[in-house]
Amino acid sequence: MNAENVISSGYGGSKLNYITNGSTLKSWLLTKDHKRIAIMYLISVSGFFLMGGLYAATIRLELLTPASDLLESGTYNKVFTQHGILMIFFFLIPSIPAVLGNFLLPIMIGAKDLALPRINLLSLYFYWIGGGMTLFALMQGGIDTGWTFYTPYSTTFSNSFVMLVGLGIFVNGFSSILTGLNFIVTIHTMRAPGMTWFRMPLFVWAHYATSLVMILGTPVIAITILLLALERLGGVGIFDPAIGGDPILFQHLFWFYSHPAVYIMILPGMGVISELISNFSRKKIFGYEFIAFSSIAIAVFGFLVWGHHMFVSGQSIYAGLVFSFLTMVVAVPSAIKMFNWTATMYKGSVSYDTPMLYAIGFMGLFLIGGLTGLFLGAMGLVVHLTDTYFVVAHFHYVMVGGQVIAYLGGIHYWWPKMTGRMYSEFWGKISAMLVFVGFNLTFFPQFILGYQGMPRRYASYPEEFQVLNIFSTAGASVLGIGLLMPAVYLMHSLFFGRPAGDNPWMHPGLEWRTSSPPPTENFEVMPVVTWEAYEFGEESGMDIEAARRREAVIT
Amino acid sequence: MQSTNWVPLFPEQASTFAWQVDLLYFYLIIVSIAFTIPVAAAIFFFAIKYRETEKFATPEEMHGSMVLETVWSIIPFVISMTIFLGGAIVFFNQFTPPEGAMNVYVVGKQWMWKLQHETGQREINELHIPVGRKVKLTMTTEDVLHDFSIPAFRTKADVVPGRYTYLWFEATKPGKYHLFCAEYCGLNHSGMGGYVYVMEQRDFDNWLSGSVSGQTPVEAGRDLFENKLGCASCHAGGPTQRGAMLEGIYNHEVKLVGGATVTADDQYIRNSILNPSSQIVEGFQPIMPTFKGQVTEEQLNSLVAYIKSLTPDAAAAASSVPTANTSNTAAPAGNTAAKPSANSNR
Repeated sequence: MNAENVISSGYGGSKLNYITNGSTLKSWLLTKDHKRIAIMYLISVSGFFLMGGLYAATIRLELLTPASDLLESGTYNKVFTQHGILMIFFFLIPSIPAVLGNFLLPIMIGAKDLALPRINLLSLYFYWIGGGMTLFALMQGGIDTGWTFYTPYSTTFSNSFVMLVGLGIFVNGFSSILTGLNFIVTIHTMRAPGMTWFRMPLFVWAHYATSLVMILGTPVIAITILLLALERLGGVGIFDPAIGGDPILFQHLFWFYSHPAVYIMILPGMGVISELISNFSRKKIFGYEFIAFSSIAIAVFGFLVWGHHMFVSGQSIYAGLVFSFLTMVVAVPSAIKMFNWTATMYKGSVSYDTPMLYAIGFMGLFLIGGLTGLFLGAMGLVVHLTDTYFVVAHFHYVMVGGQVIAYLGGIHYWWPKMTGRMYSEFWGKISAMLVFVGFNLTFFPQFILGYQGMPRRYASYPEEFQVLNIFSTAGASVLGIGLLMPAVYLMHSLFFGRPAGDNPWMHPGLEWRTSSPPPTENFEVMPVVTWEAYEFGEESGMDIEAARRREAVIT
Repeated sequence: MQSTNWVPLFPEQASTFAWQVDLLYFYLIIVSIAFTIPVAAAIFFFAIKYRETEKFATPEEMHGSMVLETVWSIIPFVISMTIFLGGAIVFFNQFTPPEGAMNVYVVGKQWMWKLQHETGQREINELHIPVGRKVKLTMTTEDVLHDFSIPAFRTKADVVPGRYTYLWFEATKPGKYHLFCAEYCGLNHSGMGGYVYVMEQRDFDNWLSGSVSGQTPVEAGRDLFENKLGCASCHAGGPTQRGAMLEGIYNHEVKLVGGATVTADDQYIRNSILNPSSQIVEGFQPIMPTFKGQVTEEQLNSLVAYIKSLTPDAAAAASSVPTANTSNTAAPAGNTAAKPSANSNR
């Protein structure tokens, strides 16, 4: 890995890379290459994101007017349910881990592949089967229980395709579990010589924490769905009080998974942001250990706060006190991350490339998302806010403002590595700004709506809420355009983008020390790591002068 | 009340704890602003001051700072604890029903609210209450989960099948306020709501006397107990009766077969009617049949109200009207079952 090699081995060499190494359909469908699997995940996840987005657009159009005129309330109920299910189980949860994590995690630690490549392919097939079942159920008529499947509505009263969707989510859960398992084994056993735990990029730490949650949490939702099936099909009284069950038990089991799942949906995003902030400030991240361990702390505490979804469910006051206290504690590691990211920019060399714009946008949105989480952890206040649009706004700030923005930032950042091509920086910046503005216009009014008391999951609403809903729908159209733009210019770059070179940003991570796109085995020579993470100085071995000369030629 | 030309930022404050919730809200807004402004300012300042001036520069290296990390861990922790405490205090008020409140029974059903006053008046999707009086709702549902939510009162509670949940409030301002179902309940969820009318005591009394009252829950309960369901054949008659003594049982400890004790609250009474053999009182045989499927939620409410009204003195004069039981102080039912004419004294 000498410096000359890093710079000169540009794009367009005759070597085979992971894309050109085999072009038959079979070579893709039966591949064991983590990079090809990641690309297939990328395509599938994008399809689900598009579908979920169309449902979201329908919701916003319906809510433009107080009456339920565009959709009947029965249809509306199915639309918001399917929006939630597709976005959460088939987009947000796999997005960063299965796409960026799959592609980058082995490269970042200098491994040839994940530790269990066949298991990795199996996880993709589980995802496809689960997704296929869910799509089939939607085509048959869909489901109207809300993504939360609260009993006894989901067990006895709903006439929609609950079991088929449940089965889809059940199967899809194995995809998560296998991915998490694979990451943990890989991180433990496949690190290159010299890649110590504390030299790993924070992206890898974040994925380690995420994987812990995936393998510990996902089995609980699987068991819950099985119990649901046992009751719905077998008539065994578990959740339905009419036959001796307890509907609150379902909520406990559901949130025992689904709250940690919220951290599956944000921790990887935090990992991406750590990479972006540090690299685009060209400075070692501030407080590396604190960011790394705050991820682990979030993962651990994330398992202990599920009851904060149930403050008004009839849960005992004292249980509520404990959950509220622990929820407040989780605020601390999130705050630590926020402060460290900000401090990283101090005295750095901050560039405004598209991924960094996304990262700065993330910090702003996550700040609001995190702080409004405190509103929802304060028991006296959350009684008023439960099941209102305040909650909807809060989790969209975290999920979309957090994970989706981080995902887009990551896609832009690693696009040259994944495809070997550069996209249009101009359109990238425009789209990043449109997404930020559109997002805020869509969801900020919903905080106010929520405090006014507008309940969520309402197809029709009292007239005084209309003005803010119009703002929200207007914002959603801006957001929609901002999100569709990357699909266009990224596709365009595949064919017309200029070759990116191996290290277009001149960043020190291992992924930038192999060719773009990387060869199937990731590295020509097994790398030996002698530098710390985010090492921009001479020890990094990067030839900055050569890069500057090359940059001068391009511009 | 709700209709203004301007976009309202806050719902009206119409209950005794509305200002507490709003205070908490403002405190959190201030905390949020106090965090957002410095952090956002720092991000913008750093992004501009330290913007890239030379491609691929290598800025000076910097390591973390233990002092800073400690400071910015402790400050958020302390602030979040103040939020926790504030929230806990307000919550405690919201979910500790007071003694002597006016009782209203609520039964949720896809997709309507059925309410009954202690004085017998029934309402659907509307609730009329007097201003300045504590009101306690005893709620359950016939089918799925619902949630009784009144934003102007800043309170709500889930309504759960198979058990009772409670909500209480004291309205402070006459007016008409939204009532929503806040827990998703299926097809017509967004239509399951109406209004709460807060009235001056005088207007409320007029409303009470102007509406058809029918039987009060206690009267209806006695009717069920003595005639329709025939509970009295075992649960009345004095020392030789086959079923457990119910007089004065409400809110008292009951010894069960097997040694456990339970408090005979609404939930216990309800459960004993529906699943009699699950909690047998010590000294009795499990001979009582289940009444599951034979009684509606409203009838259960009435039975519970009637059993609540039974006092040891009443055992002697089993046929006396329940409103005469003014000596019963343990159960609020004794007071609130009073006829509207008694209310106007308050």
